[in-house]
Amino acid sequence: MLSQFRTIWLVLKHTFTKADTVEYPEKKPYLAPRYRGRIVLTREPDGQERCVACNLCAVACPVDCIALQQTIDDDGRKRAEFFRINFSRCILCGFCEEACPTYAIQLTPDVELAEYDRQNLVYEKEHLLINGVGKYPDYSFYQQSGIAIKDKAKGAGAQEKPPIDIKGLMP
Amino acid sequence: MSSALWQLVEITIIISLLIPIAAMLVWVERRLIGIWQDRLGPNRVGPFGILQSFADLLKILGKEDWIPPFSERLVFTIAPVIGAVSVLMSFAVIPFSPTIGVSNLNIGLLFFLAMASLAVYSVVLAGWASNSKYALLGGMRAAAQTVSYEVFMGISVMGVVILSGTFNLREIVLAQADGWFIQSQFVGFVVFLIAGIAESHRLPFDLPEAETELTAGFHTEYSGLKFALFFLGEYLGVTLISAMSVVLFFGGWQMPEPINTWLPPLVWFILKVMLLVVFFILLRTSLPRPRFDQLMAFGWKFMLPLALLNLLVTAALRLMGVL
Repeated sequence: MLSQFRTIWLVLKHTFTKADTVEYPEKKPYLAPRYRGRIVLTREPDGQERCVACNLCAVACPVDCIALQQTIDDDGRKRAEFFRINFSRCILCGFCEEACPTYAIQLTPDVELAEYDRQNLVYEKEHLLINGVGKYPDYSFYQQSGIAIKDKAKGAGAQEKPPIDIKGLMP
Repeated sequence: MSSALWQLVEITIIISLLIPIAAMLVWVERRLIGIWQDRLGPNRVGPFGILQSFADLLKILGKEDWIPPFSERLVFTIAPVIGAVSVLMSFAVIPFSPTIGVSNLNIGLLFFLAMASLAVYSVVLAGWASNSKYALLGGMRAAAQTVSYEVFMGISVMGVVILSGTFNLREIVLAQADGWFIQSQFVGFVVFLIAGIAESHRLPFDLPEAETELTAGFHTEYSGLKFALFFLGEYLGVTLISAMSVVLFFGGWQMPEPINTWLPPLVWFILKVMLLVVFFILLRTSLPRPRFDQLMAFGWKFMLPLALLNLLVTAALRLMGVL
C-alpha cells in the first residue's frame, strides 16, 4: 500500500523533469559523418567516376537491391553502364560500402528518404552520382592499382612503382 | 413559462459546454501523461496541440460505423447512448454556483447514485450485445465490479448526509460554509473517490476494458461514433465524479473567507474540479491494474468495512454532539 503512494509521488515529481523528446522536423538530431544513410557514388579527385562496376556491392547486398552493368570505355577505364539502387528494399546496412574496392559507393548521413510514390525510391545512376570525393579525398583507383589505361601505362600512376621484371630476380 | 424557457436555455448551455470539455479532457490527459512520462504529448494540431480532440473527432466521424452481423443490433446501438445520457443526466443535480444549476432536487444525491447505477447498463449491455468473448468478459467484469463498488459508494456519502441533514446537493454545499466536510469525512472522501474511479472504469480500475488482456473489453466491437460516445461517457464520468467530490467534500463553489472574493464562485468550482481531474489522471498514469480477485477482495474486505466504520463513527459522534 505504501509503495503505491510512493509511486504516485515519484510520478508527480516528473512534472518538473525535462522531456526527452527531440521535436524532429524542427530540431534535427546530430548524425555522425559515418552514419549510414542515403547511398551515393563518388568521384575521383580529378572528377572521373570511381565505380568500376565490379559487382562486389551487388553480391554483398543482403537484400539484392543493387543492379548494375559494366562497360569498358575506349580509354580502358571500366565504368557502370547503368547503376540502380532500389531504396524501398535497401536496409542501409553498409555492406556495399565495405565491399567496394574503389571507395566509390559510400553511405551518407542523410536519412530523409521518404517518398509519396514508391517508384521514386528507385535511384538511377544520375541520382546516385555526386560531384565529390566523399569520405576519401585523395583516393584514386587508377593511380595506384597498376592497371593500364589510355595515357597511363602500367606502373606509371602517382602511387605506383614500375613493374618488376620477375625474370631478372636472380638469387 | 419564462422560467421553464430559461431552464431549457440553461440546460442547453451546460450540455454544450460539458461535451467540448469532456473532449478537451482527452487532450489534457494525453498532455499530462506525456509530461509525467518525460514526453511532450500531442502538440501538433493548433497551439500546444489544443485542437487534437477536434482532429480526433473528425477522424472518428470518418470511420465506418460498423455493426457486427453477429451482434444484437438494437441493444448494440442503444448501449453507448445509455452510457452518455445517464452521465449527462447526473449533471442536472450538480450546483455549479449559487445561481447556476439545472435542478434543485431535494433528493439530488440519490438521483446521482441512481444514474451512476444506470450507467452500468451501458457497459453490461454493450458486452452482451457484442456477442464476442472479449466483450462478454469485459461486460461480466464491469457488472461484478460496479455492483460491488456501488455498495460502499452509497455508504461513503451517507456521512455527509448525516452531517448536513439533507440529500439536496445545494444545501449540502451551503452546509459547508464554515468548514468543508473533507475535514471530518476524510475517510468517506477516500472511499468515495476510489469507488468513483471504479464506477467510471478508469485506471487502475479499468478491468472492464483492460486492453492488455481483453483487447478493449466491452467496446471491442465498437467503432466510429458509437465508440466516441463510450469515450465521451468515460470522460464525462471523470468530470462528474470530480464535480461530485467537490460538491460533497470540498465545499462546492465556496472558499474560505479571505480568498473567496478573488474569483467568482463558478470559477472556484471549475478550478477545484479541474484539480481533482488532474489527480485522477495522475492516478491513471502511476498505478498498475490489480488482478480481478484482488479488486473484489479489496472492495468487499477492506473498503466496505471502512465505509461502514466511517458511517458508524460519524453517526455516533453526531449523536454525542461532537460534530
